[in-house]
Amino acid sequence: MSKIAIVGVGQTTCTRSKIDTFEEMVFEAASKALADAGAEIGDIDNVVTVSNDFWDGRTISSMAVQEAAGSWGKDVSTVEGDGTFGALYGMMRILSGSFDTTLVVSHMKGSESIMNLITNAMFDPIYQRGMGIDATSAAALQARSYMTMSGATEEDFARVSVKNHGNAKNNPYAQLPMKITVGDVMASRKIAEPLKLLDCSPIGDGAAAVVLSNKKGLKRFRKEPVWIKGVAHCSDSFTLGYRDLAKSRALKEAAQKAYKMAGIKKPLKDLDVAELYDAYSYMELMWYEGLGFAPEGKGYELIRENATGMKGELPVNPSGGVVSSHPVFVAGMVRLIEATLQVRGEAGKRQVKGAKTALAHGINGPCGQAHCVYVVGA
Amino acid sequence: MTDWKDKVENMVYSGRIKVPYLWNVGKTGSRFLIAIRDNKEIWGTRCPGCGRVYVPPVKTCGECFVPTTEWVKVSDTGVLESFTVVHYSYEMQPRKAPLAYGLIKLDGADGAILHLIGDTDFAKLKTGMKVKAVFAEERVGSIADIKHFTPA
Repeated sequence: MSKIAIVGVGQTTCTRSKIDTFEEMVFEAASKALADAGAEIGDIDNVVTVSNDFWDGRTISSMAVQEAAGSWGKDVSTVEGDGTFGALYGMMRILSGSFDTTLVVSHMKGSESIMNLITNAMFDPIYQRGMGIDATSAAALQARSYMTMSGATEEDFARVSVKNHGNAKNNPYAQLPMKITVGDVMASRKIAEPLKLLDCSPIGDGAAAVVLSNKKGLKRFRKEPVWIKGVAHCSDSFTLGYRDLAKSRALKEAAQKAYKMAGIKKPLKDLDVAELYDAYSYMELMWYEGLGFAPEGKGYELIRENATGMKGELPVNPSGGVVSSHPVFVAGMVRLIEATLQVRGEAGKRQVKGAKTALAHGINGPCGQAHCVYVVGA
Repeated sequence: MTDWKDKVENMVYSGRIKVPYLWNVGKTGSRFLIAIRDNKEIWGTRCPGCGRVYVPPVKTCGECFVPTTEWVKVSDTGVLESFTVVHYSYEMQPRKAPLAYGLIKLDGADGAILHLIGDTDFAKLKTGMKVKAVFAEERVGSIADIKHFTPA
């Protein structure tokens, strides 16, 4: 496979309620990514926009932001899914041989609707939707399945929340930077047992963009490229109950493929930093296992030993992760951006010293039905 | 330098999307729902490849990518594999909070069915406990014809 580089990244802050329109947010993210790359819109061969109609409250939401994404007069395509999948598609459009450069943008205004009603609609209308299940109650079922399988405790979940909200204090883009204790998480309001308020991500507003290029396109940009060394995507059953919620087969598959491409043999040692899609605290522990950072059922050991803290063997979510900022669909792209910044040494106060190889991860579908894994490096 | 935007009141438009839909259940799902409605029986389909029994039934096995061929009656009793007690209320929920959901592996089925848990003290719910289906008195051919599951 010919190599694809990330040459520009841009993100807005993630906040609870932006007054910016969809178009304004997309323009901000796209302009920042182009400026970061030292490029202009004319340097972009094609555009991919990422959004979701139900969240935006309009059909073909991906078409509505195209002026803001600079796609007038260009080949444009859309992805309805997490930003990591959008970036993968943007990469494939270059690999098709038709283009040398792609701009991928994603946006979300979670504050303008009601998350529980929106995510209820992702479930099957005949068998599951009428029960009133939503992203959070489904996640709670998964959290308990995972506890039963692994022996992880609610305190282990709380440790993830403490770490990530604390890390968010070093990230100017994060929504909920907080110095909290395990006791604070445990005492926070019950949402859907075993999940409590501080185990759940805040649904927020934000946009993000990346500029991708092949080798030939690089001369248009001024930024040192960060290379996509490995990437893979895998999905599992949509229906809750038909798949083992406690073990992520799809993530394991995606990780192994991405590692093979990137030559990663011992992820905990070979990677310098990882950014994971922890929409709920417990997910981070499950993803440790799927990504091979820990054996199956042993993810909690890493958080108990602080192995994934900023000074640990493999810092996970120095940005604060998704549990501290959750613009849905944008959040995975932000993971890729954060991984890129780490490899460049541009992650500011959240920089992992000397990071050369970083992992970024995104999910899509209920309870992490599908996973996308990137390994990036200089 | 002052920004003119600082002086402009931000207008917010409130709307609501209401679109009626009709979802065809399909013959496989219809047979499942009719068996609950008419006979208070729960049926699944078996995959000829992996032997797995799906409840609710599927027409094709996602694992083996082959059509299921056999109908299997499963028990209305099973094991509570996971559950959650939900403490918030929104209009899509059929009951006021607190309400409980369970993933129930019915005896004779593989995998689990998602449903409500009711008629019990939620504090006593435990994974691994036996639960049984409570059927609604008036049944119309929907998944709500199983009112909920309750400890057996």
